[in-house]
Amino acid sequence: MTQKPRQKPKMTRKSKRLVLIAGGLAFVGLAVALVMTAFEDSVVFFFSPSELAAKPTDPDRRIRIGGLVEDGSVSTGPGEGEVRFRVTDGGATLPVVYVGILPDLFREGQGVVAQGSLVGEIFKADEVLAKHDETYMPPEVAKALKEQGHWQEGAEGATKKVPGS
Amino acid sequence: MGGYAAYIWPSYGFTALVLVALLISAWRTMRVRESEVERLRGLGADPRRRDGTSKDAV
Amino acid sequence: MHRFANPTRFLRLANAVLPWLGGLTAILFGVGLYQALVISPADYQQGETVRIMYVHVPAAWAALAGYASLAIASFTFLVWRHPLADLAARAASPIGAGFTAIALVTGALWGQPMWGTWWVWDARLTSVLILFFLYLGHMALVNAFDDSDRGGRAGAVLALVGVVNLPIIKFSVDWWNTLHQPASVLRMGGPKIAGEMMTPLMMMAGAYFALFGVLMILRIRSLLAARRLRQLRLAVQEI
Repeated sequence: MTQKPRQKPKMTRKSKRLVLIAGGLAFVGLAVALVMTAFEDSVVFFFSPSELAAKPTDPDRRIRIGGLVEDGSVSTGPGEGEVRFRVTDGGATLPVVYVGILPDLFREGQGVVAQGSLVGEIFKADEVLAKHDETYMPPEVAKALKEQGHWQEGAEGATKKVPGS
Repeated sequence: MGGYAAYIWPSYGFTALVLVALLISAWRTMRVRESEVERLRGLGADPRRRDGTSKDAV
Repeated sequence: MHRFANPTRFLRLANAVLPWLGGLTAILFGVGLYQALVISPADYQQGETVRIMYVHVPAAWAALAGYASLAIASFTFLVWRHPLADLAARAASPIGAGFTAIALVTGALWGQPMWGTWWVWDARLTSVLILFFLYLGHMALVNAFDDSDRGGRAGAVLALVGVVNLPIIKFSVDWWNTLHQPASVLRMGGPKIAGEMMTPLMMMAGAYFALFGVLMILRIRSLLAARRLRQLRLAVQEI
């Protein structure tokens, strides 16, 4: 065999493989995108109070809700070990009642995700998780920002995920 | 560690464990195989030296 | 392309780089750990647990970058059939699996005190767990065939299919509601990490990536030696 006839089919095989791989990848990507769109609701980890208000669910279904713990809304009682607080996303607000241990990051103005079910107008949670935002800074910096009035409480962490986004 | 030592040290410990294990296993495998290559080449088993075809070797 | 992919040339270059990269790794880990454990202030919300971030975030970055390298090597091997690309892919997956394991375990150790749970099935955590299984699957698949070339091709196809997972991991925190926080460094509008915390983070990230390079060189050398051994053993049998 001479060089030339060997060289030519080798090139086409190479580009054939290239097209095959690119086509295969595009196909897989498309399939995954379709699946993810179809299962949108199950991929979503929690609903915001506004989403919940817009799309009422069965009262007994266990769901997760998330948002910011409204400032000044945390109180204990009246029941044994009960904690009550309101979760807000800037639009709607949902009162939550919970019995159990709160995570260390749970505080007013910070993100929270609660699992439970809607009983009447109140969300009865059996699990409360704190959501952290993407801001990292030393306490002194946070204090200085607050003093200078540059502070936006939980500005982008949890409120960003309001419906429509 | 502000009461979180029970979470911080295991994090660093696990990280060190995995990274050191990766490093030692990679290093030792390499040494064992390369010395075995040297040993076999000492036996005169080098195909490159025997028939001069070097395109598949290494 | 083929000029740099020649094994002898690769070995010469890699061995010249190795001591420098090794030294750099040691220095970066030394400085990075000191910064992360001693110099870095506590966070205004997370307190001291911010120190976990310094081993967690770079591990996650290295896990993603590792998969990207695996995919590029696999693509190169499938299209150009270059044996060195196959070796690079085989070298990358155990390292990537290690970094992914670190990200998962340290994430759980941070999640328990901060979130209040070790694990949740949100989009970010689940997609990173899938990344871990993709690495393990690749490691198993490349060695599952008697014919090493077939194993390499099967592994390469798996690696390329798994590439769809990379954007899912990166953007999961933006596309869906997740418990995991959004990106702090690689985000629109610039980083949201204070300088005192950015320095240790970047030091540790540098250390991880330098170590990644060292491990790649050692493992590719190992795989080259293994290939050489197979040829030599055949030759010995002939004698």
